[in-house]
Amino acid sequence: MGSYIGKSMKRVEDPRFIQGKGRYVANLTLPGMAYLAIKRSPYAHAKINSIDTSAAEALDGVLGVFTGQDLLNDGVGALPCGWQVPNIKIPVQYALQVDKVRHVGDRVAIVVAESPYIAYDALDLIEVDYDPLPAAIGAKATMEAGVLVHDEIADNVSYTWEIGDMAARNKAFAEADHIVELDLINQRLIATAMEPRAAVAQWNEFTEEMTLWTTSQNPNLTRVVISAFTLQIPEHKLRLISPDVGGGFGSKIPHYPEEILVPWAARRLNRPVKWVSTRSEAAVSDTQGRDHVTKARLAIKNDGTVTGLDVNTWADNGAYLSIVAPLIPTAFYITLLSGLYKIPGIYGNMWGTLSNTVWVDAYRGAGRPEASYVVERLMDLAAQKLNMDPIEFRKKNLIPAEDFPYQTPVALQYDSGNYQGLFAEAEDLSNYAQLRADQAQARENGRLVGIGVAGCIEASGPAPSAVAGALGGVTGFWESGSIRVHATGKVTVLTGAHSHGQGHDTTFRQIVADQFGINPNDIDISHGDTAVITNGMGTYGSRSTSVGGSALVRSAEKVRGKMMKLAAHLLEADEADMAFDAATGNFHVKGSPDKAKSFGELAFAAYTAHNMPAGMEPGLEEDTYYDPANFTYPNSAHIAQVEIDKETGQITIQKYFAVDDVGNVINPMIVRGQVVGGIAQGVGQALWEGAQYDAGGQLVTGSLLDYTMPRADGFPMIQTSRTVTPSPHNPLGVKGVGEMGTIASTPTIVNAVMDALAPLGVKHIDMPLTAEKVYAAIHAANGGGH
Amino acid sequence: MKVSVTVNGKLVEREVEPRTLLVHFLRDHLGLTGTNIGCDTGQCGACTIHMNGMAVKSCATLAVQADGAEITTIEGLAQNGHLHPMQQAFWDNHGLQCGFCTPGMIMAATKLVANNPNLTEEDVRHGLEGNICRCTGYENIVRSVIAAAAAGGGD
Repeated sequence: MGSYIGKSMKRVEDPRFIQGKGRYVANLTLPGMAYLAIKRSPYAHAKINSIDTSAAEALDGVLGVFTGQDLLNDGVGALPCGWQVPNIKIPVQYALQVDKVRHVGDRVAIVVAESPYIAYDALDLIEVDYDPLPAAIGAKATMEAGVLVHDEIADNVSYTWEIGDMAARNKAFAEADHIVELDLINQRLIATAMEPRAAVAQWNEFTEEMTLWTTSQNPNLTRVVISAFTLQIPEHKLRLISPDVGGGFGSKIPHYPEEILVPWAARRLNRPVKWVSTRSEAAVSDTQGRDHVTKARLAIKNDGTVTGLDVNTWADNGAYLSIVAPLIPTAFYITLLSGLYKIPGIYGNMWGTLSNTVWVDAYRGAGRPEASYVVERLMDLAAQKLNMDPIEFRKKNLIPAEDFPYQTPVALQYDSGNYQGLFAEAEDLSNYAQLRADQAQARENGRLVGIGVAGCIEASGPAPSAVAGALGGVTGFWESGSIRVHATGKVTVLTGAHSHGQGHDTTFRQIVADQFGINPNDIDISHGDTAVITNGMGTYGSRSTSVGGSALVRSAEKVRGKMMKLAAHLLEADEADMAFDAATGNFHVKGSPDKAKSFGELAFAAYTAHNMPAGMEPGLEEDTYYDPANFTYPNSAHIAQVEIDKETGQITIQKYFAVDDVGNVINPMIVRGQVVGGIAQGVGQALWEGAQYDAGGQLVTGSLLDYTMPRADGFPMIQTSRTVTPSPHNPLGVKGVGEMGTIASTPTIVNAVMDALAPLGVKHIDMPLTAEKVYAAIHAANGGGH
Repeated sequence: MKVSVTVNGKLVEREVEPRTLLVHFLRDHLGLTGTNIGCDTGQCGACTIHMNGMAVKSCATLAVQADGAEITTIEGLAQNGHLHPMQQAFWDNHGLQCGFCTPGMIMAATKLVANNPNLTEEDVRHGLEGNICRCTGYENIVRSVIAAAAAGGGD
């Protein structure tokens, strides 16, 4: 068969999508299905005095109207927080609020009706009597707001976290030749997966089994949470199915209140029930991302050596803690502050705050983009201070290739890398010297052309379970992978990872095909159904191939081991004299390729079981729970050229070069697609996107009319290249690619814009770098004239 | 109200409430769920279909406005078991990831090419401004549309 790993195979999942046959949850219709709609708070903070549902209940076609009291009476539990750092104060959160609402969009009541139109009509007939309260807003400002989001949590601080080498930091700043300071805001984002969330539930009153179709990145994990904490339906009686899911980007990780309300209503009414989020509803109910206020300092020597980094960050979690919210600004953020660099004195400190806004959790990159942004903005300002080229300055501080594995002062041990090689490739790909020469020429002609550079790191492939546990994780982060070889030699693969655009069906077929020397078309990948996949952790943190793919390799090795024994037995050879030929899929006697049993012959023999070795059971299927030994550390060097229109402040990205080291690559087409898509998402943060709340807590960017998404005309063709340092601790040598582009492109573009504005003396503008802000900065730099 | 529409070459007649959106009519009344709903303000283009020869956002159209119209949805694009050149190009060029925006993209792109068979990269990027994709960064969508145009991929 030959090797499939490394080939750009076309995706096997595409035919259904391009013909409109995607199996999204919203497409599901069941006989007798009813429709659920949610009454949401129009206030950011208010006391609920009373809820009058009588008019809604009287509407023809309404099957039921329910409030939080109905759920409490039924014993429905609060939503848990799955990442508990020391001394954390976790606010209580129910699916429907009873006494108080704490953000616009908070849940107050539900309607179930015969049609969605009737359900929405009935929502308008529910009368809620509120006493509006002042709102606490702003990641840092909420601490001084004088308003408590939860009465029992003082100063609106849910948790704090700090890590680093304080003595080394103090020494670095005491002995520094220069200290570069930066106050920045990493603004809040709305994930905006194109498929709005949805849920359909069906209750079987006789078996007491619940089936829930839900738009989740991790249905097995969510099943555990529902069973153990919220609805408390026994895990073996609860089936979650997440079929085709239309993008996640972190926003489909959490266990959502709707995953309680929909099955609860289905059981209560004994009818299948469906809920589909509108986009406006998504804006006030999906978890949002980022939202940091940061004060940072970098200690440098005159020769360009960076000696210290000190970071204080206030991270807004919104009104409640989502499932892994406290992980993001702690162990996924401060631990990444070493970047690609050898910095002896790093110390990071953060406050996890609550506010009267929508909750915040993982969003593509999740903490790691925020860390790279801090480091890479400071590196540029430091290079500028010393009048050094930003690449030269970075190269002076890169961790040398011979220093791997490299222990940072902030807990992580980087597995492998060649950062010098990475930057050399980026300079080569971009023809960096020429870019700078062209820029000098453009500046002479009075044009605002900027070149931005960023070198970024990610800790991906979460996570060694013991490490996760030590850092606050309530669960482990292994992945399951099972291989079922059928009697006819066809193969079913079960994975706990979940594909919501990543193309696992294709990538995992390539991995397994190479393990057995068989055709990928003889392999089927099954994911996203807890009745088929017993246990799994799902997809986030660029983990699917490094953790989930490794589980499949281990299972394949076990299957091959059994096949080898069986082949030796059938060929009457000693097992030690046997070999496996991956090119043909044959198990043969060493030096005698003709004395062989094929993959298909052995599969059949394992199930007929007429002639098995002593003690060997029939059958050919193996399971693995793969717990990674470490994170993996993808890294990147990106370079962009932008030009600013002085008259309007409008930014044009003229050129973009991306070099990424994601370790070994299974499918280069899919990997490049992830890189380019990730870059666009990171550029969105740099230039256009931002969730904005007013002082009263109203989300003023609550629709796609107001929240500026990246569009096709915002980008040039991206020029990409890769360097490869395989991860040494997983069998595929892969590192992960889902988030790298997003992490790298945000600082790359901001650095490019600041480079363009450098001749005007502009040091920093907070994102998004809208034309309005850039124009104002140009205007101010020109002394208010033009 | 009664609506009669020719959808993918077949005449259908249904009673609908006057407020019924065309996209709900297609999805919920006719079971044509290939047309997706990605927003509620006409921004994202996931619901793009062809109506009387034009690319139309079916979430911003009432079913009753389609009375007497000829409609093509993504399900009607492939002919006799053969993918439309635009569908083939999206597959060949990795023009999709999660697939949710894809039907709308393909329906918008076929009209774009029909109206300008010799379109440039800039034409494609400008022409697809009304369709949002969160996964791909658009680059492979642009490549797909240019490839389809070369293969005669208008409607």
